[in-house]
Amino acid sequence: MAVQIKYFASLRDRLGRAGDRLEVVDGLTVAGVWATLWPDTPLPPNTLTAVNLDYADLAQPVADGDEVAFFPPVTGG
Amino acid sequence: MNIELRAAPFEPLVELARYQSGLDESQSGQYGATAILIGTMRDANDGATVSSLTLEHYPGMTERYLQRSVASAFQQWPLLDVLLIHRVGALQPNDPMVLVAVWAAHRAAAFAGCRFLMEELKSNAPFWKREDTAAGPRWVEHNTPG
Repeated sequence: MAVQIKYFASLRDRLGRAGDRLEVVDGLTVAGVWATLWPDTPLPPNTLTAVNLDYADLAQPVADGDEVAFFPPVTGG
Repeated sequence: MNIELRAAPFEPLVELARYQSGLDESQSGQYGATAILIGTMRDANDGATVSSLTLEHYPGMTERYLQRSVASAFQQWPLLDVLLIHRVGALQPNDPMVLVAVWAAHRAAAFAGCRFLMEELKSNAPFWKREDTAAGPRWVEHNTPG
């Protein structure tokens, strides 16, 4: 089983794709998702992260079926 | 209470009049203060002319975040009602981008609630602006301080 990953805005453009899928391993965290998918690309400073549509920090565990998102600082309004 | 994302242009004053006519039936005689902020697309930013703009959001999370923000505003101040409309998609200069209207018995709560919701939209809700300029498209990296 797996987690779905989404990227938004300038981060998506920079990475060249809108999402990924990753098999879950024991102890996987938000930071671990990034490190597994992008071993040669440090997470850009100020990147925001969410799990299942709520803001989450990098240490938050992720589980099967979760949706994990990475995106740049927000600029609405 | 009404929270909406709109993919097409909207007219804030028409929306406001329509919403308030409904409010007059349900909360007649209760509100003494209505605070309103209308955000409009400008034709320049950060030293460049901006010909158009695209607002991206995170479907699902953006709506959820806005609902929580409005719930939080109701917890912090004695508000009677809130109307919040935010554009997504392609905008042209002068297009309304956001409408926040807050009704309360008194102005302190109305101003504070409206200000809080605007700052939530600007600083925390997942929206991103991409501007089209003569040099090509560019992502807005930060909003101006309120």
